[in-house]
Amino acid sequence: MNKIENNKAWFLVLPVFVLVAFSAIIPLMTVVNYSVQDVFDTNTRYFVGTEWFKAILNDAALQSALMKQFMFSFTTLSIEIPLGIGIALLMPKRGMAASLCLVLIALPLLIPLNVVGTIWQIFTRSDIGLMGWSLREMGVAYNISRNPVDAWATIILMDVWHWTPLIALLCYSGLRSIPEAYYQAARIDRASRWAIFRYIQLPKLTNVLIIGILLRFMDSFMIYAEPFVLTGGGPGSSTTFLSQALTTMAIGQFDVGPAAAFSIIYFLIILAVSWVFYTTIMNMQKEK
Amino acid sequence: MSWMVWTTPTAGFFIGIGLILASMSIWQYVSPSIERKGFLPIKTTRGDRLFIGLLTSAFIHLGIVGFTDLSILVATAISAIWMAILMRWG
Repeated sequence: MNKIENNKAWFLVLPVFVLVAFSAIIPLMTVVNYSVQDVFDTNTRYFVGTEWFKAILNDAALQSALMKQFMFSFTTLSIEIPLGIGIALLMPKRGMAASLCLVLIALPLLIPLNVVGTIWQIFTRSDIGLMGWSLREMGVAYNISRNPVDAWATIILMDVWHWTPLIALLCYSGLRSIPEAYYQAARIDRASRWAIFRYIQLPKLTNVLIIGILLRFMDSFMIYAEPFVLTGGGPGSSTTFLSQALTTMAIGQFDVGPAAAFSIIYFLIILAVSWVFYTTIMNMQKEK
Repeated sequence: MSWMVWTTPTAGFFIGIGLILASMSIWQYVSPSIERKGFLPIKTTRGDRLFIGLLTSAFIHLGIVGFTDLSILVATAISAIWMAILMRWG
C-alpha cells in the first residue's frame, strides 16, 4: 500500500501551537528579554548585555545550590529506584491483599506537596512529633533546624517516603505484564530467584524504569514546596535548592534581571538532561 | 508589545532563530531529511542535529560568557563553526 503524504493535517495542530505560544513561548521570550536588562520598574530599564549571566554563573551560593540539587536528585533516585523495585517484587500478585497493598502504597502520592512538608515538620519536632520525640528519648541529638546533616537526612527520607510508591506502582504494573509462561519456563530450567529477576523481570521493567527515572529526576530537580515547608532552606542555606533560590531572587527581592538569567540556565540544564533521557528511551524502543 | 521589554539584541536573536526554523522547514519540504549516523553516537535527522547544535551552542556561550573574559562574539564564532561541522558530519 502506498502511503499518501498529506501535510495539510499539520494545520490541525495550529490551535495547540497558539495555546503553547501564549502559555510558554511568549513568556519564555520575555524572560530572555529580562535577562539582558536591569529592570527597576515598567518604565525604567537599562540594557546590561551578558552581565547577569556572568554574575549568576560565578555566584558561589548558586553554584552550591546547583551542586546540592544534583546531589539531592542522585541520592533520592539511588534509594527510590532499588527500593521501589523491591517493594513491587514483594507485593502480593492477586486478590484482596493486592488491592489493599495498592491503596496503602498509593496513599503518600495523594497528599499535596506542602502538606507532606507540614506532616514531616511536625513528625520531626522533639516536643510533639513522634519521630523527633522518640529520637530524643533514645538520646540521639537530632535537630533539623540546627544540624545540616539531620536536615538533609530528613528531606531525603521525606522524598523517599513520598515518591518511592510511584516507582513501586510503575514496577508493579510492569511485573504484572510478564506472561506466566516465562516463569514456567524458568521453573523448568530450575532458575534461581536471582536469575529470574536478572533475566526475566529486570529486562521487562526497563521501559517503566526509564520513565520512572525521568519523572523522578525532573520532579526532584525542581523540588520546592517540601523542603521550603520542612526546613525553609536552612539551617543556613544547607537545604536551599535551586527553585527556592530562584523564587527568593525573583519574587522576594524582585531582581527580575538576574532571576531571568538564572531561569534560562536552569531551563537549559533541564532541557539537556531531559533530551538525553528522551533520546535514550527512543533509541531503546527502536532497537526492539 | 511594550510589556515584553524588547531590546534590539534579543529581537535579533529571536528573528535569527525564527529564520533558521523557517528555512529548515522549507529545506525539509523541498528535500526531506533521511536519518543517518555520523560521528554522533546516535542516528540523527537534520532537525535533530540542529537541536543538538543549538543546545550545545547555548552551553558554549554560557561557558565563554561566564568563565572567560572573551567577547560573546568569540562564542558565537565557535558555535557557528561547531554547528557547521555538526550539520555536515554529525
